[in-house]
Amino acid sequence: MQDVNWVALTIFVLLFAFITWLGFAAARWRKGDLDLLHEWGLGGRRFGTVVTWFLVGGDAYTAYTFIAVPALAFGAGAVAFFAVPYTIVIYPILFLVFPRLWYVCHKRGYITAGDFVRGRFGNRWLALAIAITGIVATMPYIALQLVGIQVVIGALGISGTGLAADLPLIIAFAVLAAFTYSSGLRAPASIAIVKDILIYLTAFAAIIVIPIELGGFARIFSAVPAQKLLLPVPGPHTTGAYGSYATLALGSALALFLYPHTLTGILSASSGAVVRRNAALLPGYSFMLGLLALLGFFALAAGLKGLPEFAAGFKQFGNNFAVPALLLHGFPSWFVGIAFAAIGIGALVPAAIMSIAAANLYTRNIHREFINKNPTARQEAQMAKWVSLIVKVGALVFILFVPTQFAIQLQLLGGIWIIQTLPAVLLGAYTRWFNSWALLVGWALGSYAGTAMAVQVHLTPTFPLTFGGYTFPGYTAFYTVILNLVVALVLTPLFNAISARKVAPDETLAADYQA
Amino acid sequence: MDDTQRQRSEWSWWYLLFLVQFIAVLWPPFYNTAEPYWIGIPFFYWYQLLWVLIGAVLTAVIYLATEK
Repeated sequence: MQDVNWVALTIFVLLFAFITWLGFAAARWRKGDLDLLHEWGLGGRRFGTVVTWFLVGGDAYTAYTFIAVPALAFGAGAVAFFAVPYTIVIYPILFLVFPRLWYVCHKRGYITAGDFVRGRFGNRWLALAIAITGIVATMPYIALQLVGIQVVIGALGISGTGLAADLPLIIAFAVLAAFTYSSGLRAPASIAIVKDILIYLTAFAAIIVIPIELGGFARIFSAVPAQKLLLPVPGPHTTGAYGSYATLALGSALALFLYPHTLTGILSASSGAVVRRNAALLPGYSFMLGLLALLGFFALAAGLKGLPEFAAGFKQFGNNFAVPALLLHGFPSWFVGIAFAAIGIGALVPAAIMSIAAANLYTRNIHREFINKNPTARQEAQMAKWVSLIVKVGALVFILFVPTQFAIQLQLLGGIWIIQTLPAVLLGAYTRWFNSWALLVGWALGSYAGTAMAVQVHLTPTFPLTFGGYTFPGYTAFYTVILNLVVALVLTPLFNAISARKVAPDETLAADYQA
Repeated sequence: MDDTQRQRSEWSWWYLLFLVQFIAVLWPPFYNTAEPYWIGIPFFYWYQLLWVLIGAVLTAVIYLATEK
């Protein structure tokens, strides 16, 4: 491993100290009673267009994304760019569906997707399925944020054995846990503003400075091997890489705002119009993500893997080391400190929101529904604060004792599971035509089939569906949510016909879904 | 529940503009080529980056057109 980079480390630590102070001070920002769950867990639903832009942007485009997408470009090439169509098609979905969800959640006091489904369909078991799916899909996602921090800490030259090696990560996490507990969603919202400014600064500096150092884009792309530069053209009788690319983009887009942390970000907005405006503004992050994906090619062109000073980093972190190595290679130490802080802090923001979102789900849809049915407002908020701590400790233990590869695979499965909540949540925002038990069976079958298919292809994202002599490789989550929908469509009339009991009432009104 | 009526009252033809970006970026044969390059960047990459901007503009247009 290279020596400790003291200049970079000092700037990194100073920026970390600053956001720690900010995280605690945030409790007093747009002051509310933090003993109420919607104040602690949704920031009082008070964030305007600009804060929501920073919050949802910092939440959806995680630090891990900024490491992993360029790493995929570095390792696999063009396919990594699916992140761009993915983050394009997501915004029509955000624009059309989520303002409706915002209004109904605001008017009915819902804090989670589980709350909404419970109210809409009157079925607490379906709400439980939504809550468990959300929590299970979120846990490995939090763990992956820690991987982002680990990589930059390693790249700063800090290494050691045993506890000493993990100490910086444990400190970062203790800080995160403490300010999330005390300030709730206000902490990541305020930190997101600082972090995103640093990330934009890093991205634009990298996209301008590094190509100049490497002799221009033409030189960079001519260094990329031909088979990595474009998608391979599909052979006969298959949709090949084209089908994978498109379904990965569309499936990921359908899944993104079903995750508890992204929904939490949206519900904390101050109106449905704020959500709609952000559908036009958030592509700013997509553009930056596209630019950052190109960093993978810069790293290829710079021949970083062959440089002796980075050998240990690549050995330890694999292709995830490509971006840190590129920044170390192309920038002076002081700027490396800023860039690494951006990534490290960038991990804390989504990790905080994820733990808050998981805590909200547990508190509302599991604890309140099945254990203590009439908590006081104070007890409810206190419960959520404790659960947010437990969730984070769980993620930390996971990342310290389980191989990183396992977290990555679980996160992949998490995508397959979370998309199974689409019929109840996304379509539920438009219609309650579906029978809630049919939705539950669809959810179960979709999750089961998705898991089985993923295992069959050794936990890779795409599954080669064969049909009448043709092969359609595609994103497993996308295929299985279609299965889920078909099951729900077929079973709904059947269950309605044989249902002896009356269907539970819908507590929401048509007017609840509009301004 | 008058779901259909509600949807009809909320529907706007402007929403069809959203389809344009779906088609433009979810059909890789449109853009899976290196030529033409732009400042040394293959078409595959700058085309999709350009669509981020076009998509944002289209969404802004739809927002302004449908705002009550």
